[in-house]
Amino acid sequence: MTGASGVAAVEAVWRIESARLVAGLARFTGDVGTAEELAQDALVAALERWPVSGVPPNPGGWLMTTAKNRAVDGFRRAAVHRRAVEAIGRDATDVVDERDAVDDALDDPVGDDVLRLLFTACHPALHRDHRVALVLRCLSGLRTDEIARAFLVPDPVAGQRISRAKKALRDKGIRFAMPGPDELVERLASVLEVIYLVFNEGYSATAGEDWMRPELCAEALRLARLTASLVPEQAEAHGLAALLELTQARAAARHDADGRPVLLQHQDRRRWDALLVRRGLAALARAAEAGAIGPYTLQAAVAACHATARTADETDRAQIAALYDVLAAGWPSPVVALNRAMAHGYASGPEAGLALFEEVDEVALAAYPQRPAVHGELLAMAGRHAEAADRFAEAAVLTRNEPERALFAARAAEAAAAHAPESGRDR
Amino acid sequence: MRYLVVLEATTPDAPPPAELMAGILQLGEDATRAGVLLDTAGLAPSAAGAKVAVGGDGLRVTDGPFAESKEMISYAVYDTRTKEEAVEWTSRFMALHRDLWPGWEGEARVLKVMGPEDFGPPS
Repeated sequence: MTGASGVAAVEAVWRIESARLVAGLARFTGDVGTAEELAQDALVAALERWPVSGVPPNPGGWLMTTAKNRAVDGFRRAAVHRRAVEAIGRDATDVVDERDAVDDALDDPVGDDVLRLLFTACHPALHRDHRVALVLRCLSGLRTDEIARAFLVPDPVAGQRISRAKKALRDKGIRFAMPGPDELVERLASVLEVIYLVFNEGYSATAGEDWMRPELCAEALRLARLTASLVPEQAEAHGLAALLELTQARAAARHDADGRPVLLQHQDRRRWDALLVRRGLAALARAAEAGAIGPYTLQAAVAACHATARTADETDRAQIAALYDVLAAGWPSPVVALNRAMAHGYASGPEAGLALFEEVDEVALAAYPQRPAVHGELLAMAGRHAEAADRFAEAAVLTRNEPERALFAARAAEAAAAHAPESGRDR
Repeated sequence: MRYLVVLEATTPDAPPPAELMAGILQLGEDATRAGVLLDTAGLAPSAAGAKVAVGGDGLRVTDGPFAESKEMISYAVYDTRTKEEAVEWTSRFMALHRDLWPGWEGEARVLKVMGPEDFGPPS
C-alpha cells in the first residue's frame, strides 16, 4: 500500500495517473471522449473502494484494469459487443484476461500516448475554449467544477465545453493519433497556445476580483514542463516553458500586502523565486540549443532580461527593444506592436515610444485596457500628465479586473496630481 | 505548492542493487516529465560537511562526520497541488527501497516550503 487511504490520497493518485490513464484508454478505444468517461468511472470506483481498502500497490494498474473491464462490460451490455470489438480491432476475452495488455498501456516510458492525447485534445478543428477545457480535463484531471471555477463560468458551461469538445472529436472523426511530421510544428503551436492561454487566464485574470488565479498558473506551468519533456527537440516547447517559469518566478512580488498589483519596475526582486528563475534560464538555453527561434522563446528572452537584472534600472532596455523588433518582424500582432512601443519608450525615451505607438492597431485593441495604459505611461514619461491621466482613466474603464482597475485609477490620480502643479504655474 | 523532501537513512554495507537505482531513475524521470519534480540531488556523507551552531558559548563550527544514527542521503523538491500528491511520490520512492533493498531503513520528511499562497493577500 502506498500513502494514506483517504479521499485526498485517491485524488493525489488521480492527479499523477489520470493523463496516462486517459491516454492508454484512448489507445484502447480509439476515442478520447470514451476514454475520458471510462477513466472517470474508474475514479468513482476508486473513491468508493480505496478509502476503505487502502490504495492498492499499483494504483495506476488498478485504475486501468477497472476502466478496461468496464469498457468491455459496456460493450456487452449495449449488445453492440461484436461491432465494438471489431471497431477496436481486438478480441474482448483477450483484453479482459491478458494482464500484459493492461500493463502495456500504462507502461509508456516515452510518454507517446500522453503526447498523442495532448495533440488530439488540442486539435485545431476544435473551438479554442473547448480545447482548453478538454486539456484541463484529460491532461490535468480537473473536475468540471474546478474548470468552471478557474474560468469563472457556471458549472454547466464548463460541462458543456467538455461534452461539446468530445462530440466534435467524434463528429469530425478526429482519431487519437499523432500528427504527421509535416503537420507537427503547426499542431504543436496549437498545444502551446492552449497552455499559454491557461497560464494567462491565471496570471492576469480577464475578469473578477482576483488579480491572479494561482492554481491555473501552476497547472499551465506543469503542462509546459510536460510538453517540453515530450518533444525535447522542439525549441518552442522549451521557449514556452522558459517563459512561464520566468514569469511565474515573479508571482509573489506582483501584489503588495493589501493585495494591490505591483508593476514590474516597482517589484521587490528579493521576492522573486530563484529556483524558477534558474529553471527558466536553463529552459531558455535548451531552446537556443534546439535551434529555430520562435515567439515564445523571444518572449522568454525578454523575461530573462528582467529576471537577470538586479534592479529595474539595470535592466537591459536596449536588448528588450531589440527582441521586440525581432518579434514584430517575424510574428507581428497588435499586442506585440504595443509592447514594442513601450520597450522603445524605455530604451530610447518617450518620443521614440510615442512614435511607435502611433502605428499600433487601434481598432484591434479597442477593448484592450493595456493600450490606453501604455499610452498613458509614455505620455507621463514625456511630461504630458493631463493626457496621461485621461488615458489611465480610459484603461480603468476598460478593464474587467478589479485590482487592475484600482491600479489604473491610482495611476490616473498620480498623473492628474503631477499635472496640477504645472497648471498652477501656468496661471 | 512546493515541498522539500529530505531522506534520512542507514544504508547496509552492500551497495544499492542495480534494480533499485534503475527504479529510482525511472521514478525521477516520471516525476520530471509530469512537471512536478523541480530539483533533486544526492548528499555526501556528513564527513564532507560541517555544523555551525550558536549556543551559550557563542558561535561554534564543527567539522563532520557527526555521530548520528542516520545520514542525510538526498533531497528532492516537488511542486504539487496538494500535500497528498507529494506524499504519494515520496511513498513510491520509499516503496522501491522497501521492495528492492532488504535491510535498508530510512525516513523521508515531507516539508512544505512556504510560498506565495502562505503570504497571499486577504481575499
